[in-house]
Amino acid sequence: MAETVVLQITRYSPERDAEPQFESFEVPFHKEWVVLDALNYIKDRIDGSLSYRWSCRMGICGSCGMMVNGEPKLTCATFLSSYAAKRKPIVVEPLRYFPVIRDLVTEMTDFMVKLRKVKPWLIRKEPPPAQGEFLQTPEQLDVYKQFSMCINCTLCYAACPVYGLDPVFVGPAAIALAQRYNLDSRDQGADDRLSILAHPEGVWGCTFVGECTRVCPKHVDPAGAIQQYKLVTALEWFKSYLWPRGTGKNSEASGAD
Amino acid sequence: MVEKLEAEEKAYTLYHPRWFRPRVSTYWWLGRWPYLKFILRELSSIFVAWTVVLMLLAIASVERGPQAWAHFLAFMRNPLMVAINVIGFLFVVFHTVTWFNLTPHAMVVRVRGKRVPGLMLSGPNYVLWIAISAVVAWLLMR
Repeated sequence: MAETVVLQITRYSPERDAEPQFESFEVPFHKEWVVLDALNYIKDRIDGSLSYRWSCRMGICGSCGMMVNGEPKLTCATFLSSYAAKRKPIVVEPLRYFPVIRDLVTEMTDFMVKLRKVKPWLIRKEPPPAQGEFLQTPEQLDVYKQFSMCINCTLCYAACPVYGLDPVFVGPAAIALAQRYNLDSRDQGADDRLSILAHPEGVWGCTFVGECTRVCPKHVDPAGAIQQYKLVTALEWFKSYLWPRGTGKNSEASGAD
Repeated sequence: MVEKLEAEEKAYTLYHPRWFRPRVSTYWWLGRWPYLKFILRELSSIFVAWTVVLMLLAIASVERGPQAWAHFLAFMRNPLMVAINVIGFLFVVFHTVTWFNLTPHAMVVRVRGKRVPGLMLSGPNYVLWIAISAVVAWLLMR
């Protein structure tokens, strides 16, 4: 008989269960299989009622984030072979700190609302170029490119104890994406984002645990984005004392205290 | 029928099925090394404050004269104080190392449009730290 591996998966049905329970499934072990392949095998062959999100299976869509052995992971990029050597069941749970809708499916509205709040789009105060497109040098692109790699998978929220303990915290991905636009040479909306970001529940909520950066599958470094923005708001706050009537920009930076 | 209705009421809220909201344990920081390391790093600030207080006490006793200084030295030789200070020293070193290592995340330095590698930012911190420690050690040992 072929080698197998056991997956211990969170099951939760709002109609049936008061709280989630684990169910074990035995699946064939192939060294080229990722955890998502094992979940698809279970859904196709063993129990069609297993619910989870997935789409691209190549680390782009950001839908298949789950806790694998307690670590936030994209299941499409997490190989069974990394865990099989331990001969213990692989534990698959829904992403931590989010409400659970069913089995491995989490409720993401909170993140979506926060993402919208930081206005992650290009804001222009002046009209765009009359002819042609915006021009940007490779250096100007390099300034924000790292933060633009975010795929909204919310693994960083599942890694962030601050978000778990204080759910009003804007959180790593939303702040990193705000920085992505703040640092973009085409954007002129840094002032509009300041009141959300410089708020105590914005960057100042972060205690620099650094786990968001460690678990990020796209190497976005949200913790870095937050600390860099803390420096910006602290300087703006300081400037607001030097020029109390405002310098014409960023005059509402009072959240740094 | 009534039982079924009651079960359905429990399963649904007004607009959606009842979500399960997991609670965060008070001991969330135990059991995972990165979280424990974070808590220890935060705790280390108490020992940094402790070191500052000791330094102020030392200066105050020097200012008050030889007798006060001798009294301070005797107080520092107490085995309990030695034990606290050994633990305190380890925490202060841990504090310094962890924050030096985090510096490149918080600071972005660009030279000619290229981001300076992290080691170039944390490295000078270590070099300065060792140099100042060497000077202090030389002053004490000579």
